[in-house]
Amino acid sequence: MTVLSFYVVIPLGGAFLISLLGKRIKSSGDILANLSTFSLLVFSLYSIKLVFINKVLVYNVGGWVAPIGICMVLDGLSSFMLVTVNLVSFLVTLYSISYMERYTDKAKFYTLFMLMLAGMNGIIITGDLFNLFVFLEIASIASYALVAFGTEAEELEASFKYAVIGSVASSLILLGIAILYSYTSTLNMADISSVLSGKPQSILVNFVLVIFLTGFAIKAALVPFHAWLPDAHPSAPAPISAMLSGVLIKVLGVYAICRIFFNIIAASHKAFFILVVLGLISMIVGAFLAIAQNDIKRMFAYSSISQIGYIIFALGIGTPLAIFGGLFHLFNHAVFKSTLFLTSGAIEYSVNTRDLRKLGGLSSRLPITGYTGLLGSMSISGIPPLGGFWSKLVIIFAALQAGHFIFATIAVLVSVITLAYYLKFQSYAFFGKLDEALIKIKEVPLTMRLSMITLGLICAISGLLCVPAFKPFLQSAVSVLLSGNAYKDAVFNALIR
Amino acid sequence: MKKSDKGMTLIVKTITRLTVGLILLYGIYIVLHGHISPGGGFAGGVIIALSFIHLMLAFGKEFALKKLSQAAASLLENLGALMFLGIALAGLTGGYFFLNFFINKGKPFTLFSAGIIPLCNIAICLKVGAGLFAIFAALILFDSSQENK
Repeated sequence: MTVLSFYVVIPLGGAFLISLLGKRIKSSGDILANLSTFSLLVFSLYSIKLVFINKVLVYNVGGWVAPIGICMVLDGLSSFMLVTVNLVSFLVTLYSISYMERYTDKAKFYTLFMLMLAGMNGIIITGDLFNLFVFLEIASIASYALVAFGTEAEELEASFKYAVIGSVASSLILLGIAILYSYTSTLNMADISSVLSGKPQSILVNFVLVIFLTGFAIKAALVPFHAWLPDAHPSAPAPISAMLSGVLIKVLGVYAICRIFFNIIAASHKAFFILVVLGLISMIVGAFLAIAQNDIKRMFAYSSISQIGYIIFALGIGTPLAIFGGLFHLFNHAVFKSTLFLTSGAIEYSVNTRDLRKLGGLSSRLPITGYTGLLGSMSISGIPPLGGFWSKLVIIFAALQAGHFIFATIAVLVSVITLAYYLKFQSYAFFGKLDEALIKIKEVPLTMRLSMITLGLICAISGLLCVPAFKPFLQSAVSVLLSGNAYKDAVFNALIR
Repeated sequence: MKKSDKGMTLIVKTITRLTVGLILLYGIYIVLHGHISPGGGFAGGVIIALSFIHLMLAFGKEFALKKLSQAAASLLENLGALMFLGIALAGLTGGYFFLNFFINKGKPFTLFSAGIIPLCNIAICLKVGAGLFAIFAALILFDSSQENK
């Protein structure tokens, strides 16, 4: 059970050790960061086994019993998110070893990176609403600093915009927590849920729901709250873009929305329909804006908005199949979007530009980057048999099954647009004639290639998550969301054990 | 420029010389009594950092940075954070992360019977104090580099 605290302790300890030793001993940052993320990956894979045996595990921090003290809860959804986050973060730290040589002060980069990771793992593992806010702030503030890491004018502007909009979101979330605390007199998630189910329906709870939805929708960058994302994600260094688009918006936004809407407040069908509509709008607007972009990373950033739209749309439908599809797509998106951002980083590393119009024919000079980029693009546009195809298929089937015929048609059409702009990326960057000026470029260093190849392979095989042998991993996460209000009983039962 | 020309006037310097020790002492008092009276690691750390910032304002940045350099502040900050984490991890010896593992705790009218809480306060004080001082120093250094251009 003690293992539950390690998800936060390891990155936090890693962060300060790196900051202490990084300047004095060269390459200690690389080693420590990779060791911590690797051990985190191992621990998260171990958590699958823990969940399989125990269903729900509760850990009382400091020995204080749950409604009084802070507790950490590991259930199917937490374990699923932990695996997603730590898988991506390990491969991203591996990639950073060579990539971050371009920047000064790698130690500071790793420190901030590990703090952000500590925040994300904390959000996933905590069972206390205020503790969730604290970790959310740790992750957000570290990410504001990381977006500005290049310290050019454009990056500082993006970071400032991100910080201001992010702070508005954080204050809304804090306000929501404060109102909920005044109404229920408790901060423990399971306890809030049990107090709320004992009280009659109140307009106050709906108000809190709206505040939470706004706050977390800003963190998840759903349209109309998306303004910060297309600036912030391209400005960050490529490994950070991969983390931000790949996992940060999902943990801070989607995971928190899921927990609160499904498990804590147990929102009504109307509230879930808002999610469906927001998801649809994000899907469409993100896709249309992405086509027009010529900056690779900006295109990917808009594409993230569109794909987060798919996830929220599926979760909003709320049938078992739809939730399965949504979480499946969440995992797939984490993998292929980080592949794509790392690919764009590799292009920038070799060619020193991100402008699609200046590229062309790169696949002859950068074969491995070309292949991983191709895998990522095909997976995200839903080409069978790659992972993205299956998750989109499940989402569309779920929409049809729930009777949303028009929405399902829109989802299919958006998928076609997705294919269009990824074909644009492929044809401008990798196919066509090689520019004279680019004849001398070389393939990226080994560690970068290694991490891109691993991610590319996971893109190719992630469809296997819906075959019976691996399905329990996703299914245990789905069943936590489906159980809804029963979350509190599961936590309290685990406490007594 | 002569050494005495840096910083503020003689009056400010004299008053600072008299008060800075008291401020530092008050900060330490706040930290060590944090577990029984209002205050604690954060407030005490801020007051301790203020005493150094006070020096910096009155005598100029070189004087204060000689007492506590940027690197030392960064080192102390990291040590504070690691000490806090170490205390939390030491709780694992009793079975729980963050467990207050001292045995003789909770005796009324005894100053140090709160187990790990005063230790945590000291760690937080190091982290907050050094962090705040480092931020202030960074702002000052950044400003001077702009002037040189």
